[in-house]
This record gives sequence, C-alpha cells and structure tokens, in this order.
Amino acid sequence: MSDITPTADALLMAKPAPRSRNMGQIIRWLLLFIGGIAMVMPIAYMISTSLKWPHEVYNVNLIPVEPTIENYTYVLEDGRFYWWFVNSIIIATITTICNLLFDSLVGYTLCKFRFPGRTIVFIAILSTLMIPTEMLVIPWYLMSQSFGWLDSYWGIMFPGLMTAFGTFLMKQFFESVPDDFIEAARIDGLNELQIWWTVAMPLVKPALAALAIFVFLGNWTAFLWPLIVTNSVDMYTIPVGLSGFGDEADVAWELIMTGAAISTIPTLIVFLIFQRFIIRGVVMAGLKG
Amino acid sequence: MANLALRRLTKSYGTTEVLHGISLDVADGEFVVLVGPSGCGKSTTLRMIAGLEETTSGIIEIGGREVNNLEPKERDIAMVFQNYAIYPHMSVKKNIAFGLRSSKMPKADKEKRILEVASILDMVPLLDRKPNALSGGQRQRVAIGRAMVRDPAVFLFDEPLSNLDAQLRTQMRLEIKKLHQRVGNTIIFVTHDQVEAMTMADRIVIMKDGYIQQVGTPAEVFHKPANTFVARFIGAPSMNLLDGIWDGETITLAGDQKVRVPALQTAAGSKVLLGARADDLKAGNPNTVLSGKVMLREPLGSETLIYVDTASGEIIAKADGRTPPQVGDAVTLGADPENIHVFDAKTGEALT
Repeated sequence: MSDITPTADALLMAKPAPRSRNMGQIIRWLLLFIGGIAMVMPIAYMISTSLKWPHEVYNVNLIPVEPTIENYTYVLEDGRFYWWFVNSIIIATITTICNLLFDSLVGYTLCKFRFPGRTIVFIAILSTLMIPTEMLVIPWYLMSQSFGWLDSYWGIMFPGLMTAFGTFLMKQFFESVPDDFIEAARIDGLNELQIWWTVAMPLVKPALAALAIFVFLGNWTAFLWPLIVTNSVDMYTIPVGLSGFGDEADVAWELIMTGAAISTIPTLIVFLIFQRFIIRGVVMAGLKG
Repeated sequence: MANLALRRLTKSYGTTEVLHGISLDVADGEFVVLVGPSGCGKSTTLRMIAGLEETTSGIIEIGGREVNNLEPKERDIAMVFQNYAIYPHMSVKKNIAFGLRSSKMPKADKEKRILEVASILDMVPLLDRKPNALSGGQRQRVAIGRAMVRDPAVFLFDEPLSNLDAQLRTQMRLEIKKLHQRVGNTIIFVTHDQVEAMTMADRIVIMKDGYIQQVGTPAEVFHKPANTFVARFIGAPSMNLLDGIWDGETITLAGDQKVRVPALQTAAGSKVLLGARADDLKAGNPNTVLSGKVMLREPLGSETLIYVDTASGEIIAKADGRTPPQVGDAVTLGADPENIHVFDAKTGEALT
C-alpha cells in the first residue's frame, strides 16, 4: 500500500465537505423560498379575494369557503370597467411607443453625436430623475389647465411620453453599438435617421424590450397623476376606477381584487411578448470572430 | 475606378497636429498599402479619404474631383473595417445588399449584382446565413462583398486581416490580391504588418509620426530604404545597423574592421550607420563586414537565423538550414558592396 500524501494543488482543488455544501444549498433554497412566498402571496390573495363573497373578504384563509365567479361577472358586465380598461390600454400603449421612439432617439443622439453642450444636456436630463413626481404634479396640472388638456388622454399621457430613465437606459445601450456599424452605414449612403432606424435600433432590441416592459407597467399601474388630471368616470384608468369601487361606508375589496386580477392579463401579455427579445450578445455577433 | 490624390493633407486634434502635410498620388487601379506602427497616422489618413474624419487642411481628390466637402456616400468609395462591421441582425444577402440600398438600380439588377459578388467571393451557399453562423474568414468576405457590390471608384481597407488567425490571414491576403487582379479597382489598404504590405502592394507608403517616410514598390523599399526607420521596419528580421566612420573610401567599424562600400555623398570623417540585412550577410564573402561568435540559433527549416556577438554589438545573419554553425563557433560574415546600405548617423537618411 502506498503512502499517499495530498499535494497543495490537490488540496486546493478538493471539493468542500458535503455537509457544509448541503448547508449552503439549504440556506440558498430557504432564502429563495422566502422571497418567492413574499412575491406570490399578494397575487394569491388577490385571486383568492376575487373568488370570495363580500362577507368572507376579511377572512384570511387562502382557499375561499364558497368560491364564486360572481365578482368577475359583475365587473365584466359593469360598463365602467370596460372603459377604464380601454383607457388604460390606449394610454399605456401610446406612452410605451412614444418612449421607445423618443428615448431611443435622444439616447442615440447623446451617445453617437459630438456637439457643444452634449454633456450639459445629458446631465440636465438625468437631474430630472431626482425630482419626485409629487413635486411635478402641480406644474403638470397648471400646464394641463392652461392648455385645456384636463380630463383628456393627452393630459394623462403628456408627462410620460419621454422619460429621463428611458433616455439614460437607451444611451447606455447605444454605447455598445460599435461606431464602425454607423460609419459603414454612412459610407453606404444612409442618412442619420435611416442609420438610427435600420442599424442601431435592431441592435438594441433587448434594451427596447426592457424599456417597453418598464414603461407599459409604469403607465398601467399609474395612479396619482391620472387621478388628479381626470374628472369624468369615463376617463379613469383601471387603478383610478378600481379605487372607487364600493361606497362611502365600505370598500368592495372583492371587486377591487377582481378588477386587479383582470388587469394583470395585459401586463402578462406584454411581458411574454417582449421578454423573448431580451437576449444578450446580439450586438457582438457581427463583430470579429 | 479612379485615381486618388492627397495634397499637403494635415489633421489636427485641438492644438495637436497628427498628420503633417502628406502628399500622395495613387494611380487608377493601383493597390497601395499604407503601413507603419500604431499612431503613425495611416488610419487617420484612410478615414479622411473616406470622409469619416474632417480634413484640417489640404486637398483630397478622387477621380480628379475634390471631395473634401463631400459626404462619405458622395465620394464613390467603399470601406472594409477592421471589425468587419457586418450587421448581426441581417443575413449575408441583406448585408451584401445593404451597399445598394441608396442605389437607384432596378431590383432585378440588384439581385443579379448581389449574386455576382457572392459567387466571386464563393458565398452563394451562405447567403441566407446570419453572421453569427459564419467563421471569421467568411465574415471578412461578407464585409468585402458589401464593399464590392457598389463597384466603387476606390476601395478602402482598414486593417481588415488583423483579427484573423495566421493561417486565415495568409489565405485572405491571397484572396484580396486575386480579387484586385480580377476587378482592378483602386485599393488603399492600411496595415501595421510589413509582410502584408510587401506581399500585397503595388506600392507601399511607409508612415511614421504623421509623416510619409518613403513611397515605393516593395522591392524599392526593401532594397533601397530611404532612411533607418524604413530599413528597420521593412524586412524580417530587421536590418542590422552598425556604427561606423566614413573615411572617403571605406567605412571603419568598431574593432577597426574596414568595409568597402560604393562612393557616398558625405564628407570623409562623417559618422554613419552601416546597414546589412541578415539575408545578405554570408560567411565566406570576400568583402568582410565583421566577425564574431555565434550566441544563439533559431532554426527555421530551410535556413537558420544566427545571432552573432561582434565588436559592433549583436547582429543577425542567416545560415544554411542543414549545416548551420554551432553556438560558440567563430564566424566571419561579409556582404557584396551593392547590398550594403549606409545612412547618415545623425539624420538617418540614406547615403547610398
């Protein structure tokens, strides 16, 4: 029998003892489980409450005692919810499209063109991120009032048609588009707008997808500004409309939860559409092998 | 096809001038290689010709027409970039067709032209592939195809082979040269690799620090270098340069070794640099240049490089591959007078 002495290399490469490895694994799973519960529970309660009768709403049990789809029938047959849903779709869709166009145009310009004041403009745009929405609401309202935009789609949408965050995000992503691509297109005879649309935009699809998800969700769930700028019930968005379910004496949580459950469907669709574009490494494929 | 002319071209970034009034004439259909070390201004020159960099002063003419104020697309040029710059979201066919986007050519003619270019480059089976499904060499060919499809007056290549491995680089070098023979367009090719320059060019432009050092055929720059920079830069291994003094008839090297050279246009007593390429230094040549001891050998197969320690310092010579001298052997090396180069020790300019 040979006398085997482990070398330093062998000791370094040795796997950790199974016991400590298992402990680490257990802690990781535990943390993930707690995180998962924290994420899923509100959604589970939303769906559970939407299937409960009013008298059971304050019962904390997750499985309704007498499940019902009466709330769904009520909300879907209520004409108001239909309009809020349409309003939310129109506003979130238009705002998302505008953000994709304007944020990427400004981000591209700030990234790929050299002009005097470029840094100042960029810093000015970024600095708006530090101003809370609550502070901006008053000037927005005064603007809407003086331009006659109160209680209109335009009034709800205009503050969010372009965002500093989106501009920043797109600028950072355009940094990864090699200048050679743009110069090659310039030599091939494209104008700057064509280069942006044909060459640069397809290369930042992952960023566009991420931005689309952020903006759509942000506008879909927006509450404060739509609440302030709208007066008529027909102009409400889903969050504003849902908050009004019930009467002076009581809040109809089962209806609010039903409306909220229905309103998650478009956000899921948006996510499913765009998440497939979030693939890394698209840009580098055309470069050196 | 067209000729190209640069007239006193300068380029400054702020107060720093990086290109100092270079002038060059490139004939119609000529293959000219700009070569030099990093920072010599070769790529800047190419980008100015393309219109991607503004010219500080001077004139660029393509086909007899001044193009300084024209946009890149109006200059009738096409450029192949170091990183290929082929679009990853487009197929090979779309990438090649991209060069024709702004052309008013009928669609059928465009299709014909794309197929023609693809077949020249042997890319027809790959037309529907995306760049990420291509090898480095194939990507390079797509980039060349996109440039070729427009049939430009001048092709500009910006170090297009530097990202390829050695074997593929040799292959692409040949392909580009064959392509030039076939299409005959004017080509300006930038590289830092003197082997690429020597093997491909009709004429080589050697640049350093924003100045042109020499313009000439590969044979001219190799056999008649204008200065010590060109002598060292062109040829591998680099030319041996030895300190010496011209006495009016011979050059005296360290160790009092006298070397016979053709008449020089400099005063007797001047300090000079004697240059001899490893290929020209041979044992047994009657015109002895120096002698010393072999310190190191580098066998290359058909020949062996020997590093010889001499009174003038270490020099490199070539010996026979089968029976090279051994390390420690004493060797005496000589060269024919016409193969010996002499440079002014102060200015570095050639005196022969």
